[in-house]
Amino acid sequence: MDMSVECVASASALQHQQSVSGVVVAKGNIVGVPCCALLYCKFEIMKWNGWGYSDSKFLFNKKGQAEFTGKRYRLSGMIIPGLKDWMEGTFGANLQHKTPATVSPLLTSSAVQPATLNKAFLEELKSTGIPFSHDAEDRVFRAHGHCLHEIFALREGKFGRVPDMVVWPNCHNDVVKIVELACKHNVCVIPYGGGTSVSSALECPPEETRSIVSLDTSQMNRILWIDEKNLTAHVEAGIVGQDLERLLNESGYCTGHEPDSMEFSSLGGWVATRASGMKKNIYGNIEDLVIHIRMVTPRGVIEKSCQGPRMSTGPDIHHFIMGSEGTLGVVTEVTMKIRPMPEYQKYGSVVFPNFEQGVACLREVAKQRCAPASIRLMDNEQFKFGHALKPQVSSIFTSFLDGLKTFYITKFKGFDPNRLCVATLLFEGDREKVLQHEKQVYDIAAKFGGLAAGEDNGQRGYMLTFVIAYLRDLGMDYYVIGESFETSVPWDRVLDICRNVKARIIQECKDKGVQFPPLSTCRVTQTYDTGACVYFYFAFNYRGLSDPVHVYEQVEHAAREEILANGGSLSHHHGVGKLRKEWMRDTVSNVGVGMLKSVKDYVDPDNIFGNRNLL
Amino acid sequence: MMFLSLQHRDPMLKKRDDFEDMLEERRNSSDLRYALRCYTPVLYKGLAPCKASMLKSMVLQSDQLHHVIGQVSRETGRAADDVQEEASAILEEMAHCLQLSTVRFFAFTLSKVFKTLFRSICVNEEGIQRLQQAIQEHPVVLLPSHRSYMDFLLMSYILYTYDIALPVIAAGMDFMGMKFVGEMLRMSGAFFIRRSFGGDKLYWSVFSEYVKTMLKNGFAPVEFFLEGTRSRTSKSLTPKLGLLNIVMDPYLKGEVYDINVVPVSISYERILEEALYAREMLGVPKPKESTSGLFKARKVLSEDYGSIHVYFGQPVSVRSLAQGRVNRCQFNLVPRHIPRRPSEEIQSFVNDSAYRLVRAQEENMVLKPWVLLASLLLQNHHQDQTAGQKRGMVLEELTAQAVWLRDMFREYGAFLHWPVVLLDICVGGQVKPGEPHSTVTPEEELLSQAVIVLSCASYRNQGLHVFLRPALLASAINAASSNLKQEVFNSFSFLRNMFSNEFILCPGATVQDFEEACYLLVKTGALQVTQQELLVTERGQRTVAFLTSMLDPFLQGYQVVCRFLCEEATENLTEKQFVPAVRKFIIKHLLAGRLRYTEVLSSDLQKNSLAALLRLGAVQKIKGRIKLSKVTYSSVFLLRTCVNLTYNC
Repeated sequence: MDMSVECVASASALQHQQSVSGVVVAKGNIVGVPCCALLYCKFEIMKWNGWGYSDSKFLFNKKGQAEFTGKRYRLSGMIIPGLKDWMEGTFGANLQHKTPATVSPLLTSSAVQPATLNKAFLEELKSTGIPFSHDAEDRVFRAHGHCLHEIFALREGKFGRVPDMVVWPNCHNDVVKIVELACKHNVCVIPYGGGTSVSSALECPPEETRSIVSLDTSQMNRILWIDEKNLTAHVEAGIVGQDLERLLNESGYCTGHEPDSMEFSSLGGWVATRASGMKKNIYGNIEDLVIHIRMVTPRGVIEKSCQGPRMSTGPDIHHFIMGSEGTLGVVTEVTMKIRPMPEYQKYGSVVFPNFEQGVACLREVAKQRCAPASIRLMDNEQFKFGHALKPQVSSIFTSFLDGLKTFYITKFKGFDPNRLCVATLLFEGDREKVLQHEKQVYDIAAKFGGLAAGEDNGQRGYMLTFVIAYLRDLGMDYYVIGESFETSVPWDRVLDICRNVKARIIQECKDKGVQFPPLSTCRVTQTYDTGACVYFYFAFNYRGLSDPVHVYEQVEHAAREEILANGGSLSHHHGVGKLRKEWMRDTVSNVGVGMLKSVKDYVDPDNIFGNRNLL
Repeated sequence: MMFLSLQHRDPMLKKRDDFEDMLEERRNSSDLRYALRCYTPVLYKGLAPCKASMLKSMVLQSDQLHHVIGQVSRETGRAADDVQEEASAILEEMAHCLQLSTVRFFAFTLSKVFKTLFRSICVNEEGIQRLQQAIQEHPVVLLPSHRSYMDFLLMSYILYTYDIALPVIAAGMDFMGMKFVGEMLRMSGAFFIRRSFGGDKLYWSVFSEYVKTMLKNGFAPVEFFLEGTRSRTSKSLTPKLGLLNIVMDPYLKGEVYDINVVPVSISYERILEEALYAREMLGVPKPKESTSGLFKARKVLSEDYGSIHVYFGQPVSVRSLAQGRVNRCQFNLVPRHIPRRPSEEIQSFVNDSAYRLVRAQEENMVLKPWVLLASLLLQNHHQDQTAGQKRGMVLEELTAQAVWLRDMFREYGAFLHWPVVLLDICVGGQVKPGEPHSTVTPEEELLSQAVIVLSCASYRNQGLHVFLRPALLASAINAASSNLKQEVFNSFSFLRNMFSNEFILCPGATVQDFEEACYLLVKTGALQVTQQELLVTERGQRTVAFLTSMLDPFLQGYQVVCRFLCEEATENLTEKQFVPAVRKFIIKHLLAGRLRYTEVLSSDLQKNSLAALLRLGAVQKIKGRIKLSKVTYSSVFLLRTCVNLTYNC
């Protein structure tokens, strides 16, 4: 019997005790000039050289068992008995061989390049009363996203070009002032939201000689109004995903936009990268959710004059903004669709005998347009990985039951444990409809040999989404580096692209001298009418390599070439940044690049927003 | 990565595997037990073998076939069911139905036959191991050279012996004519394709889908002959691209990660069909394959055909071949199941690959001493003829020359199989190509002598690829008006272009070939290369003379075809009439003593030269008739003047 969870306060699988801005938002009157770093920096609660909260991380305890610290997640405080064996078995990693981060988290400003300050700009900025800082810690914290090479460099204490100062505008008008001053004094501005970029978008161009100002939107985090008649909310763009949901939940609403990074990523960042949320099947991606955008550009403010649900007024100017990746201006305020919170939420999972059957099932679900809020299909390697992250079970009964389930699936149903794969499901809505919907999906699954595998597996699958990023830090302590990347691809190509990209990764690792077989796995994370979004995870043990990051980058590059050669897109939602720039021309054609260039040239002729992403 | 072996700068450095005689065990243990032994080949990624019927239904249900059936039905107005039925009938006619029992039957009988016919069948076991590995990794295509009907039976026999998945083999429809045998072959893994189906969309679709389905799913290695047909001359033939296009398609479209292509070189000491081939080229048509013919042919069982060497080459990864050559994104915008003409990029890629693969076959061909002896004897024979003598060669002289030639072969990287005791069968006296007995008319005498010369030439031809490039250079040096590098290169390039239907010369590789030829000649001390000039050294004279006279018969062949076209060709010469007409013309000149090489009677040579002239635009084909093109008359002229040989009329 499946037990269902009544909808909890937070719509996500997170169980946060405190949130990022929950502390930072203790503001009200921040007018210290220059301000104290601690007030605005997140690294009291956040790691500066790894993912997420400082108190949450994987480690091997004295008994050599893996455990996840902190209290924020369902997995927090639990022992994960299978993880050690999995790491040793999958990567050939060894607990004896450690590679701890080499610098202490306490940064000394001497390690960081001295700030190139534009005196005139600074003087005028002071007079506006907008808080700023040129403290080394503040600057380093905003000089990177979460690409492997960025974190790896931080752990080694290597800092390249970092912003010369950080400003914290408090509202739209502050941004207008900052951008005006930047234009006047020819200062380069790089907008900074949640800092979760994985496209090198936040990296400062090393060739930039002007003073670089990191414009941190974190203080612009209020919901300005909620319109219950039209079901819209007007929100400042610096708000972080989980705060937005929490605050809306308090009024009985939600946006339903839940990207995997929603704990830390910001609304402005979503708009600037064309983000996608886990539950897009019900709520839509960011382009479906946005009703109105306000952006400050060097030419002035761009926005539409009304909030009609659809317009035929030439090309949609929102589409110049969405995906502009900080090259045109700063998104300051957004009006978004909101929905009443769902009455009922239910997780689920299905085991398939193999990945092919799983994909066929997802395709059928998409065809019948009955996808649940979320449906994801993990391949066999990821299934095993998920299995390795199962926390210690408390009772003998549960473990007996687990054994029985395994027996049923592998022996009775004849599933090959080395081929089977799992789909995780999340249903949302009216209780009745959810149950009906659930039956429909399970019926389709049965046609493809799928067996319902319980709610718990499903829920754990979604929980893993949030902790997987922490796991990379653990790997990096033991010579294992890795990353994920995504693409979107037509249905008929899904199986081919999964097989070929995984095989390419393995071959490239071998060719590049990686001594241990890599982890090369994928999952289908979103379904559309005509195709799907596929995520690849890739990690390897770099013992014996002199320049692991370079090897890593070569392999990722090859994998992206393989994706493109197999009909995959350059990106489904991570964006282009600087990491994937080289393929833009092939992706959108010469004329396409020219169009985008001409927009950039008009909006920002002096390249004030000079992060050099995209083009 | 896998292709490195083809790109060695210095052929001497080529590392080749050792051979094992697989007949040895057959002579020492029971054939019956061997035929009935447990056969458990390793399969692609541990796949379970698939029944022939399942394969058929996969093909019939494929998207591609559905699409084409729809298209054909719309175009012809026939009912889709009707077209579907036709497709199904085509598939019935085509498909293999591999049965282990038949394979075992062949294993038994072939053991008996092989032991009678051949002294040994030598296989490089390392190559077999590489193949086994390749089969597990990716779908495999086997590309054996094609010199004899024996080839594919031999291949399956070897694979069965080494416990490797039996291939499915593309065979010409002509076999189907042989009752019973055709079915036997089908049950041993052959599938049959019509020789021509130019515009038949449906046929093409069924055929390509059938091959791709087998390949993609890794059910069995697909085997076919890149040369399309048996080479009658022992020279490799210009590769046919149809099937290669089909088997590369799944990789290019991303349906498989990679495909391993394994060139296999089968070298016969003596080819079963040897006498037949010579007659066929002289105008005695090829006998239609029939079962009774097969039984009549059983008299070959009483003869000695020496040994066979089968060399399984390095598997070539299609992925690495295509690396940087093909942009696979071109398939992104049209559904992959809709058949489209391959783009120019792909056509040229497949073409280049085909040449490289045939070259790979050539390089691992094992050459026996007979190849060298035949070359020497033929050259001597021609000299004798010019001198009007019938001397032959003194054995000691032949031996000495053979040793000289052997060393040259080795330096050029040939794969020689040189026995420790040489010429144990030669009994003193003089050696020369045989003399025909009891003939009636001079023409008949000429023809029966030609049979012997052509047979002899087919031995020589086995070694041609070894010094083709140096020989082209030697001829170019002879033909060029000066020693200037540029002049020689121009003349080399002309000859190379002229002969690219005759020999395997990779398209677009003129400069590399020229450099390779220079390198080899310089290395062996025959040539000096200065900034401006190419100079033949004193000791190089002999080499250059030898090399030039290797190509002379071919040059004369092309010349005489040109002469024929200029002088005798009537307005209404059809392609069909061409060979008989040119043959008549040649016989006339040969009998009059105006031509030196009997070899030019070879219809293969004549057809190749016509093809070359067509390609070069010297000749045009208008409504099936062959016409000299006026505009490019100069190209014929060029050919005639290019090489100043003893063409005395």
